[in-house]
Amino acid sequence: MRIAVLSGKGGTGKTLVSVNLAVAAKTSTYIDCDVEEPNGHLFLKPEGVQEEEIFVKIPKVNNELCNGCRKCLDFCKFNALAYIKNKLIVFDDVCHSCGGCSLVCPEKALTEKEKVIGKVQKGTADHVTIYTGILNTGEATGIPIIKKLLAANNPQVDRLTLIDCPPGSACIVMESIKDADYCILVAEPTLFGVHNLDMVYELVKLFNRPFGVVLNKCLEKENPAEKFCLEKNIKILGRIPFDNELGTLNSNAEIAVNKNEKYRELFSSLLDMVTKEVQHETITNP
Amino acid sequence: MKIAIPVDEKSLKSNVCASFGRAPYFLFYNTVTKESYYLDNTAVASQGGAGIRAVQVIADHGVKVLLTPRCGENAEKVLSNAEVLIYKSTPGTAQENIDAFIDEQLNLLSDFHAGFHGHGGN
Ligand code: SF4
Ligand code: SF4
Repeated sequence: MRIAVLSGKGGTGKTLVSVNLAVAAKTSTYIDCDVEEPNGHLFLKPEGVQEEEIFVKIPKVNNELCNGCRKCLDFCKFNALAYIKNKLIVFDDVCHSCGGCSLVCPEKALTEKEKVIGKVQKGTADHVTIYTGILNTGEATGIPIIKKLLAANNPQVDRLTLIDCPPGSACIVMESIKDADYCILVAEPTLFGVHNLDMVYELVKLFNRPFGVVLNKCLEKENPAEKFCLEKNIKILGRIPFDNELGTLNSNAEIAVNKNEKYRELFSSLLDMVTKEVQHETITNP
Repeated sequence: MKIAIPVDEKSLKSNVCASFGRAPYFLFYNTVTKESYYLDNTAVASQGGAGIRAVQVIADHGVKVLLTPRCGENAEKVLSNAEVLIYKSTPGTAQENIDAFIDEQLNLLSDFHAGFHGHGGN
């Protein structure tokens, strides 16, 4: 069972929810797909960490063979190539490694070379297996890392897997939720929070994924995110209160369910709720 | 000598566009003949690399000087390969900036921002 945890922007409690659900379960896998800023490992503190570098292929030009026809420039949707003063220039950090330019070059002047864009780490902490994707700064896209992270976990589809997604709704988020059985959207109780929720709500609808919302930082007063859910008839899975204790645990990179019984109950019941939702989905939409 | 300027409208009275790679039009101005013409920026809606594409067009038109308020690192790299000098434009119209450049009132642009690559996440 793969559960993706999303939010429209960072800092809404996406990692808090994913990490605590992973620990609340008997056994689980936690995958950090927030490759630009992975921080789940700060909480889970994995041991026995193994690392693997992730490569992409980028074009390399042989200027002796290149005749300046510019077919490669016309092809490249990302404008990663320029032809200046009879020389082709490749912008590695703009290239998305689609491989197209090498294919269209009639002179066979383009070949591919490998470039490291980041790495994937695997470790364990108690009963949680932890995968972390790390994208080197300045790289064009983390999608190859996400693909690797999710593929690495493929043989274990039956195991409860929490996917901590990148914030936002760009293509990297789509890649992260593609194979998820269920999506949890984490929302803050502000108008801006509603705007962010709306973004990911549109995305999960587009991908036709079953989903529900967790309301984070809940106070006594009116909650615009809750109102949004009621209006749109969106399932509210649970509410996490805004309290100082949780804030302190979080800023000390402690796992709430390990520190206080009331949080263990909160996340255990959230996990039950999600599990029921997924089972319900597989019965009604097998 | 040919100058290029990113502009909001196809007019010498247009303001210089705040963005280089994402400007709607480019103004080309010949300081000798005082002739000018405009081109649509085909990179305006592209997925990243807009600055690189824009410089390609400018270099292909034989431009020697670019007047712009800002410029990204990748665009700067192509410009320097193409031996195009980059001067920092001042708030005002294209014509005012051309005059200021000819009077040697403009300075070379010295800071270049990192690219966004169209993948900011939001
Ligand atoms: S591999 Fe694709 S993205 Fe990269 S330079 Fe070639 S065409 Fe452009
Ligand atoms: S397609 Fe090949 S020959 Fe043509 S400009 Fe590109 S690298 Fe050179």
